[in-house]
Order: sequence, then structure tokens, then C-alpha cells
Amino acid sequence: MYTTEIKPHKKLLDIDLKGIWHYRDLYYMYVRRDIVTLYKQTILGPLWYIIQPLFTTIMYMFVFGGLAGISTDGAPQPLFYMAGIVLWGYFTQCFNTSSDVFGTNANVFGKVYFPRLVVPLSGITSGLLKMLIQLGIFVAIYIYYVLTLPSGTLSINASILLFPVLIVMIAMHGMSWGLIVSSMTTKYRDMKFFVQFAIQLFMYATPVIYPLSVAPEKYRDIIALNPLTPIFEAFKYGCFGCGSLDWSGLLYSAIFMCITLFISVVIFSRTERNFMDTV
Amino acid sequence: MSNIAIEFDNVGKMYRLGRVGTGTLSHDLNRWWTMNILRKEDPYLKIGEANDRSTKGHSDYVWALRDISFKVEQGDVVGIIGKNGAGKSTLLKLLSRITSPSTGSIRYNGRIASLLEVGTGFHPEMTGRENIYMNASIMGMTKKEITRKLDEIVEFAGVERYLDTPVKRYSSGMTVRLGFAVAAFLEPEILVVDEVLTVGDAEFQKKAIGKMKEVSQTGGRTVLFVSHNMAAVRRLCKTGVLLQNGQLHFQGMTNDVINEYMKSSLDSFSNAPLSDMPRGTKTNGFVRFLGIEFLDRDNSPIEPCCGRFLRIRLKLVVKTKEVKSCYISVGFRNIYGDPLMTFPSDMTIDDFSLTQGEHFAILDIPKLPLTAGTYRVGLWCEVRNSISSISCADYIDNTIKIEVNDDDFFNRGKQIASHLCGKIVLCDHNWTIL
Repeated sequence: MYTTEIKPHKKLLDIDLKGIWHYRDLYYMYVRRDIVTLYKQTILGPLWYIIQPLFTTIMYMFVFGGLAGISTDGAPQPLFYMAGIVLWGYFTQCFNTSSDVFGTNANVFGKVYFPRLVVPLSGITSGLLKMLIQLGIFVAIYIYYVLTLPSGTLSINASILLFPVLIVMIAMHGMSWGLIVSSMTTKYRDMKFFVQFAIQLFMYATPVIYPLSVAPEKYRDIIALNPLTPIFEAFKYGCFGCGSLDWSGLLYSAIFMCITLFISVVIFSRTERNFMDTV
Repeated sequence: MSNIAIEFDNVGKMYRLGRVGTGTLSHDLNRWWTMNILRKEDPYLKIGEANDRSTKGHSDYVWALRDISFKVEQGDVVGIIGKNGAGKSTLLKLLSRITSPSTGSIRYNGRIASLLEVGTGFHPEMTGRENIYMNASIMGMTKKEITRKLDEIVEFAGVERYLDTPVKRYSSGMTVRLGFAVAAFLEPEILVVDEVLTVGDAEFQKKAIGKMKEVSQTGGRTVLFVSHNMAAVRRLCKTGVLLQNGQLHFQGMTNDVINEYMKSSLDSFSNAPLSDMPRGTKTNGFVRFLGIEFLDRDNSPIEPCCGRFLRIRLKLVVKTKEVKSCYISVGFRNIYGDPLMTFPSDMTIDDFSLTQGEHFAILDIPKLPLTAGTYRVGLWCEVRNSISSISCADYIDNTIKIEVNDDDFFNRGKQIASHLCGKIVLCDHNWTIL
């Protein structure tokens, strides 16, 4: 008889998939808005997408490759760092947009109801487009090296086909961690500050700027516990043939992802119902 | 048998007062422990108190709404009235799913839209066209629907020329018009209007009211209208709901609800002990004002209404054996202290004498000419043949607050523009156009 019923407590897992589907145009609008408005009234515009990773790569080459002399496992330094930077950039983007979703959208959320999950989903999508642009530069540099270096140095192999899967995994990891944090930041603002620098430090616990193989033996197991490790390793293995393709690690990462995703969506759907009272 | 469009079933909403911060964690842990481990009810739901903002409560938790049950028929225009803090906005927030109820449930049919959401999600960097799409899809329209209605929306807003200009270059009026145009073409089954008449200019208010009328008259859609503006409620709504301290106080036909509201929402100021109020000047103290009441013809307390009868009853005490050649004056000022009207008794009746003891002075104003708003009332009592060198017996320097409610002064179903309310006085008059 009634199309909608509003109740205080809902089932544990209550994702409004039908609602999200209905609001798919809104999802599209959000993605579009993110991309269109980000670099409005800048001279270089979308070039910033490329400039950021490019200069970071040069910086890393200087600091980690030059000063610290960390090995890149045989891969050319620019490629090695850039691969890490692009992937890590996407992870943090997914994490940040999801973790701050209630804060940045409080004024909209305070006025209209729509499935809130639309916003983080659109965030990871617009991040994906940004990442693909950056990846284009990576591919260009890669081709340059393939042409100039003696053949066989860069051994691209079939596991590069895993790439789409790896990207989805990074996005889901980033989003689910972000969503878990988001529900805490609405009430306890401390989380926001803590998380910001925690994620910076976390980069060093992930093989972004170093290959897992150079990590000291006693830390290697700890780093392997990081569910992002197998993803980064697999990508670098696919591109450069360095490191290893760790299937059990990827499986571990996938299971970890499913569990956190489930938890995060449960927490998120609980938070979205009452966050206006606490924000 | 008509259809029920919305049904509130024992709805309650509890809020935590004070700062969210200290103590929250311990309360959260306690709540989690009792609910999930001990499998008991939320411990804090029990200790909430009724929401009366003027008295200090004992609990940190308060029921913004409690045990609200009512039904709204499809096609009804329902006025929701009540004092500030009675829970009107909370009710609408629950209905529009911005926050969820603590107890009970709400059921409804169809899509809900609110006229308050004008311009939600507008991004200053995006063009008018992009923002129409953005805003409309936030409100639940699909892209197809928007494209179909785009021309109408643009025409209604009157921003054709600026359609591809970023909204940040718009005047604020244009932005509001654009936002409202989108809301106007949503065609929701249930429309929620919260005090929309107090924001925006006269033209916007007219459009908003026109749209509400149109929505309710065509297509049998349901409108919930929250307002302090009794004239607007009277004009637009068929039925009404009166909320008081978060509880449903009365539900019925609009006029009955408004009368009930007037009776129940007596301002505490009207019976404030005048003896405690500061005196404006040096007085001889022969006469003291003790109380002031706002009454109707039957001497029952009311809230003063624009254009309606108002009786002001002053209670005073004579402290000496007798005062002779005495007169009283009542003055009205606006909240800024500018004098508006005065009612000196020596202009209409002869000076009077009073014996020792308590007396009542009654002032009848047949048709209160004040527009809706807050005013300050001053009282003056003077004894002319005083043995004292000071002739003023008592003077309260415009510190009594009076709230005048809006009503239809000219009985023409029209409304004074809100920017004039509280600033002008009205009087009966005739126009002849030759």
C-alpha cells in the first residue's frame, strides 16, 4: 500500500541497490561535476593531472633513488616510481573522497535524501578517469624505454591482464577503509586528523617506492600482511617482470577486501541515517 | 474512502543536548554494551524528557518528537503549526529522510520534494544548464525527465540568456529563481514547504504560494506546510496539526487548530511579574503595575492577532489611601524602540480616583492595527494632584514583550508583504478609483 516506509532500525545489511540504480543519473552528474570543476579557471587545466605525478616521480628519483639509493629491482627508476605513484594516488583518492563524504556534503545531505553511497561511488569513478590519464603518461614513458633499452630489459608479461582487477581491488580497498573512517569522523573529528597522516605513513608500509624484495627479512612478513602489497607487487611484476606474482597474496587481499567492504557498507548505511544529528 | 498519503505511527525522535564531544564516547560504549551484549533497550531512550526549551531539564537527552501519530489524506494541504522548537522542522526532516526516527515508523506513497531545497547542490563553477541537471538529479529526476522539461524550467526561471554562464556570475536572485524553477517542475506526489514564505522577496513568495496552490489543486497531490504565518496557513490549508513540545497537541480543521494554537501558546511574558521589571524613571510609588494580560472579549487569554480584537487588562495596586486625578497610558513601540501607537486614558475618559488596594484597568482595542511581529509595550501611570513633587506613579519603560500574530486584517485573503511586518501599522480605509 505504501511505497516507502521509514523505520528506526533496519536490517544489518540494507543497501538500497534499487535506489542507487534509480539515482544512476545523479552518479553520472557527480562524476561529471568532479571532473569539470576541478581545474576550472586554471591555465594548465587538466595538465595538472599529469604534472603532479611527473614531478613527484622526479622528486622520488632524486630522494629515494639517488640519495637513499633504494633499488628498483632492475626496472628503470622513472617507470618504477611512476607506477607506484599512480596506483598509490588512486588509492588515496578513493580513500579521501570516501572518508570525507559526510563532511564535504553535509549541506546537500542535510536537505535532500538520496542513497548516500552514490557520492563515494562517483568519487572513485572520477578518480579512475584521472588515474587513467596519468597511466597514459606512464605508457608513453614505457614505450620510450622499450624502444631505447636493449630488448628483454623490460619484460612485459601476461599477468598485466590482471590490471583491471588490480584497479578494482585498489578502489574497493580505498573506498571501504574510507567509509569505515567516514562514519567515525562525523562524530569524532579527531579521526580526520589522525587518518590524514596515518595514510601518509601507510605509504611506506606498502611497496610503493621500493620492491618487496629489498625490504629487510624481519619486516617482510609485516609488509606482506598489508593487503595492498600483493596488488602493487603484481602490477610491477606485470610491467617490469621484477618481483613476484603472489597468487596466495592476491587471494588474501581479495578476501580482506570483501570483509572490509561488507563491514564498511554496514557501518555506512547505519551512519547515513543519523549523521545529520551529530555532524 | 479516500487514500492515505502519509501515515505517522508513534514517531519519536530523541536528541542529545549540549556539546557532542565529551562524554559521547562513554555513552556510545554504554549504549553499545546494553543493546548488543545485554540485548536490552537503548538505555538513553528511557531517560529522555519532553522538549520544553524554556525550562531547564535534568536529562541530557530530550525528545524533539514523541508519540506522533497522524494520517494525511491524499490531496490534502496540511498546515503544521507550533511554537519555535515544537518539533515542526524535525518532523519534516524525518519525513524527507534526512535523519531517521528513534522510534515508530512513517509510511508514505510516492516522491517527496521540499521547496526548501532550492538550489541544493549548485556548484558555482558550473553553468546554469549543468546546475539544472545536477540539482534536478539530486532531487531524484532522471536525465530523460530533465531534458524533457528543460525548456519549461529555463522559461520559468527567466535565465535563458545566462544558461551557459557559470552560476557564480548570477545575481543571487537569479540563482534562487533557477533553483526554484527546478523544484517547481519536480512534480512530486508530496510537497513539503517549510517557512518558505519568510525567505526570498515578495515575487518569490507569490510564486511559491501559487505553486503550492497549483500542486494541491491539480493532480490531487499532498502538501505539508510549516509556517508561523497564520494568515497563510488559514488561506492555504484545509486541515492542520498543532505540535507542542514535541507532542501532537491537536489535529483538525485549520481554524480550530489555529484557535487552539493561540490559546495554548501563551507567551510567558504576558503574565510576567511586572513588579520585577525595571522602572524607567523616578516614581513616587503611589501606584504599582502588577500584571498585564492579553485577552479576548470573554476574558480568556489569547495571543494578539493583527486585525482582531484585543483586550489588555492591567492589574495595579494603590499603595496609599487614595490617589486622585490619575490617568494611565499604554504605548506600543517596535523592537527598535520607535514609538508606533499610544493609548492615553486622559484622551478618552476623565481622570479617575482610586482607593487603596488592587484594581484592574481594561483597554479594548477593537481591531489591532499592528502587523505580525514583536513589539514592546510600555505602561505609564501618573497622578496629577500629587503631594509628592514627582507626578509619575509608575512607569515601565517599554520592556514588556508582545508577539503579534499574522492574520488577515482587511479580510480580503491577502497578505502584508513580510518585509513590512512588524514595521507598519494598518487601519481601515476605502479607495475609490474614478
